[in-house]
Amino acid sequence: MRGRLGGGLFVVLAAVAIVFLVLPIVGIFVDTTPGRVLAQLSNPVVDDAFVVTVKTSLVAQALILLFGTPTAYLLATRRFTGRSLVVTLVELPLVLPPAVAGIGLLAALGQEGLLGSSLHALGVSLPFTQSAVVVAVAYVASPLYIRQALAAFEAVDPRLPAASRTLGAGPTRTFFRVMLPLARGGLIAGLALSFARGLGEFGATIMFAGSLQHVTQTLSLAIYYEFDQSFDATLAMSGVLVVVSALLLLTLRLALSWQRSPSNTSPSLFGLSSSS
Amino acid sequence: MATITLEHVTVPLRAFELELSLAVGSTVALVGPSGAGKSTVLNAIAGLLRPSGGSIRCGEEMWFDAAGGVFLPPERRSVGLVFQDYALFPHLTVRENVEYARRHAADEYLERFGIGHLREARPYGLSGGERQRVALARALARDPAILLLDEPLAALDAHTRVEVRTELQQLLGGLGIPTLLVTHDFEDAAALATEVGVIVDGRLRQYGSPADLVARPADPFVASFTGANVLRGTPSGPGSVRLEDGTVITAAEEGEGAAALAVYPWDITVSTHPPDDSAMNVVAGTITAITELGNRARVTIGPVSAEITAESLRRLGLVTGGHAYAAFKATGTRVVA
Repeated sequence: MRGRLGGGLFVVLAAVAIVFLVLPIVGIFVDTTPGRVLAQLSNPVVDDAFVVTVKTSLVAQALILLFGTPTAYLLATRRFTGRSLVVTLVELPLVLPPAVAGIGLLAALGQEGLLGSSLHALGVSLPFTQSAVVVAVAYVASPLYIRQALAAFEAVDPRLPAASRTLGAGPTRTFFRVMLPLARGGLIAGLALSFARGLGEFGATIMFAGSLQHVTQTLSLAIYYEFDQSFDATLAMSGVLVVVSALLLLTLRLALSWQRSPSNTSPSLFGLSSSS
Repeated sequence: MATITLEHVTVPLRAFELELSLAVGSTVALVGPSGAGKSTVLNAIAGLLRPSGGSIRCGEEMWFDAAGGVFLPPERRSVGLVFQDYALFPHLTVRENVEYARRHAADEYLERFGIGHLREARPYGLSGGERQRVALARALARDPAILLLDEPLAALDAHTRVEVRTELQQLLGGLGIPTLLVTHDFEDAAALATEVGVIVDGRLRQYGSPADLVARPADPFVASFTGANVLRGTPSGPGSVRLEDGTVITAAEEGEGAAALAVYPWDITVSTHPPDDSAMNVVAGTITAITELGNRARVTIGPVSAEITAESLRRLGLVTGGHAYAAFKATGTRVVA
């Protein structure tokens, strides 16, 4: 009796929660029609935001891969004093309020900031340029990648790189032929997470890069600024972000099941349903 | 064939310090309980860890010398290391695993180890015996100066163990390179190696041929490790000890103040009546355990275990809880402490 009542109550609460989580997404697609979305493609604000987002995201994620992978690898494979402190510091931007991150970037890289005069001497001025968007995105999104990559490298049986070394492969060959392929699933998952976080970046970008159409106005910023101008444009841009985010989530799930599959051979779509 | 020489190799471990000098020119086994530092020795030779002192040479080539600051990385040492659980690369096929060590020679090694038909298979799905052959083929594909085997039989179930041990025995016999293997099982060591070192808490307790170790165990630990019954008591004349129940056991060896004697199970006879023969030592007591293994049986009477045939077990009608006598000659009894 009691068990059934409790069970029924749980089902109702869960149903409310799920509807609550799905409803806004449904709203975006119900309020807009494909025709209205397509019509917005000629809207220069939407076009510019789209181009700025693609450009800055790609550059930021490439930088995150380039710098984050060796960072995660070293943190996963070396044991040194202060290692956990370094890991904590690397993860800090994750929990930082985005506006604080923006102020921090200004205080560090702005004209009056820590490195401002050095940058100025080099003829570089970051704030309110497209490069500033890249920096803001990289700052808030990279910890997600590094965390996931670190876990992926740590999950590789340490005897495998050891075996590689005794088989005549130096550290570089061991990294590319053993560590990277075995951590691949986790690295892709980390990149998907970091990509999604970067697309949604708002606070740090607006503080550090501003919202200049065609230069620093990304989709997330444009949605906010077009809100009282053209609701259609806002919905169209939101629709695009929903689709891209869903694809990233799918990639994440697929990559994680790939990492976990014992044979490490191919991604399995079935992992998707069993892990959810 | 170069000899691998370890001189005073020192590695600080959690509870003790490993310190070892050893020359590997044939097939040598290091045996000892888990955590004795056996695998550490292999890792030090392979270059996977840097000892704090001593030196490691391969023939004339210095691989490690603490005093001279020499430390060759693993990839520059000519070793073939077969890991416990084999450490095959899960993302590569059998053939790619072997090719990892040496390009273009994989097929030859796969055929030599009878795993040519598995070349496109991935390690996940292979049996323990098959994995070991892949690991051996991979380790030997580089033509190493020394083969290192870490617990080569521990990952196998009892059923395939004996079979793989025989295979390994034949392989090692025909290999012609120095081999160092570590195991916690004296029987495996005796079957595979010509020389055996017993290592406990990072120190070599005794080194010699398996027959030497059985004939003259240096201390109670080596005696019991090689399978002997160790009988402890109070000294009672030259080569004699008095057990707790008053029984006096004598060894045909001089040994003033002996406190422990060793006798192997296969040197003990069992009877249901007090024996009246040339055996000097008789232990009387209740049978506390009978373990049958194939056509043999282990019978535990008081402090000793005797190995008899299953046929004798039935002929004498021995049962757990029954009274019996274990007899053994003084000439088959050794003073170990």
